[in-house]
Amino acid sequence: MTPAAIRIDDLLFRWRPDAAPAVCLRGLQVDAGKSLFLHGPSGAGKSTLLNLLGGVLLPERGRIEVLGQVLGDLPAARRDAFRADHLGFIFQQFNLLPWLSALENVLLPCRFSRRRAQRAGDPVAEARRLLAALDLAAPVQGAPAAELSVGQQQRVAAARALIGRPEIVIADEPTSALDAARQDAFIDLLLAEAKAAASTVVFVSHDQRLAAHFDASFALTGELPA
Amino acid sequence: MSALPRLALASAWNRRLSLGLTLLAVMLAATLLLSVERIREAARDSFAQSVSGSDLIVGARTSPVQLVLYSVFRLGEPTNNLDWASYQKIAADPAIAWSVPLSLGDSHRGYPVLGTTADYFTHFRYGDRQPLRLADGVVFAGIFDAVLGAEVAQRLGYRVGDQITLSHGDGGLPGMAHDDKPFTVVGILAPTGTPVDRTVHVGLAAIEAIHLDWIGGAPVPGFNIGAEVVQKFDLTPKSITAFLVGLHQRAEVFRIQRRINQFADEPLLAVMPGVALDQLWQTVGVVERALQAVSWLVLAVGLAGLMATMLAGLDQRRREMAILRAIGAGRRHILGLLLLESGLVSLLGCLLGLAAVSLFAAVGGDLLAAFGLAALPLAVSVGEMKLLGAVLVCGLAVGVLPAWRAYRLSLADGLIPRS
Repeated sequence: MTPAAIRIDDLLFRWRPDAAPAVCLRGLQVDAGKSLFLHGPSGAGKSTLLNLLGGVLLPERGRIEVLGQVLGDLPAARRDAFRADHLGFIFQQFNLLPWLSALENVLLPCRFSRRRAQRAGDPVAEARRLLAALDLAAPVQGAPAAELSVGQQQRVAAARALIGRPEIVIADEPTSALDAARQDAFIDLLLAEAKAAASTVVFVSHDQRLAAHFDASFALTGELPA
Repeated sequence: MSALPRLALASAWNRRLSLGLTLLAVMLAATLLLSVERIREAARDSFAQSVSGSDLIVGARTSPVQLVLYSVFRLGEPTNNLDWASYQKIAADPAIAWSVPLSLGDSHRGYPVLGTTADYFTHFRYGDRQPLRLADGVVFAGIFDAVLGAEVAQRLGYRVGDQITLSHGDGGLPGMAHDDKPFTVVGILAPTGTPVDRTVHVGLAAIEAIHLDWIGGAPVPGFNIGAEVVQKFDLTPKSITAFLVGLHQRAEVFRIQRRINQFADEPLLAVMPGVALDQLWQTVGVVERALQAVSWLVLAVGLAGLMATMLAGLDQRRREMAILRAIGAGRRHILGLLLLESGLVSLLGCLLGLAAVSLFAAVGGDLLAAFGLAALPLAVSVGEMKLLGAVLVCGLAVGVLPAWRAYRLSLADGLIPRS
């Protein structure tokens, strides 16, 4: 049986005790090495769920287990370290630190996580390999992130999420700024690299057309279960 | 945390214009603070070292501060003179190695005239026991010879060989000039940064000579003794204003001081220059404190600018914080990043301020001399190190509010960048 990379049981999160639930999930499991397409309308709690998976927020009720570790059992600093070691993130936009080069942006996780740096082997060589694999040639790698096109930025962000082969890659609507052809190309590249690194992928989007690329899909409705 | 300094530097470089202006403000504030401190110390030193190497200053009984004011700084009027006979009696004490009589009361174009002996140029010391040095000419030998302080010569454009006339008192009243007995400038002293620079030095006999035809502080009408005949008169002074005393052994200073203070022939006062100068400095210390207060205010403005820049930049940096959080930066990293930046700006501001002050100390000597101040010391004093430490602590403290706000924002934003 494949072990679960992510396991969520009876999850409830509210921003304030008197507020409506921001996330309410009976259960969700993503097996290691698989890819999950998570979709739902705006306000369904997708971003909040990602914060919960990253250990930045803690659930009011229920448990989130990532790689067999219950996040709520860890103190804040250990959760930060756990996130640095095991999770790679790609965001919708504003993905990169504009004042660093593409290469330096990719290397950032290795600076915060010794484990990621070790798993990358030679981090600079690995960063260059990833960028090249994502169709970013050497001249672009040294360019400041601010000078890259949106498509290039997203691929740099993907390389950053993948460096050091984190067990889980979480992508939050990373293709919303791309046209349809580029969306498909980006997702294929991302999934191929994630597969090579044996990473589990959680891909969040409101565009259900993309679901076909993934092993499974899950709808986050934002509505309380009956 | 090792990734933080690199990131803080790169991030700061990205905002180099606004941070550069803030750095400039902090640097100027630190420069001002350090300059005031160094000028204050230089002023205090030059004040405290206006006279050195003399063990006692003796005058008619008055307050120690007043005695120092008129005998060293040529300020104010002595309440009374002391008899020449008393001076000679005291000077004969075997414990006294040397003594130099001082006679004040005349002036030249606003500059005080000091009647003394040639021993003055041998024994008088200022600063770190530095002797007086002639920049030009020789020490007075003839009755109507004068040796000028550096400032007198420079401001009034005198050279050796020029003729000058003295005035009675401060020269403010008409008809009180000693213009019938002109003096010849025979020497000009090198600058000292002390009241010596503003003094015209003549022999004691000259003071007697110009007052031969004066009675009760005014010329006797219709009576004139020409300069060419003064040598026929006894030019031994009847009284002097004060005298400086040097002892064979410093250990004797209290005994001699007590002896002079208990002198039976007339009421006298002997003070140790260092002690009296310290007392005097205490009385003018309020100016010093006001200066310091102003420079601290300037520093406060500079640091407030630093805080304002950091707070204003925070909204732009929310994306940066969220990205850093996503790649594993903890809340302490976010706090650290902001504090590192404010600490770095303060440290750089301090170092640049120190460099600016040191540069000023190295090349600004002439400018300071124009204000009567000795050249600034190049070395950093313990006081300055303390000030720099205080600026650094203040700089870090100023970073706390933006850091706290960044921390709160990063909590609210989580991993999803907003901006």
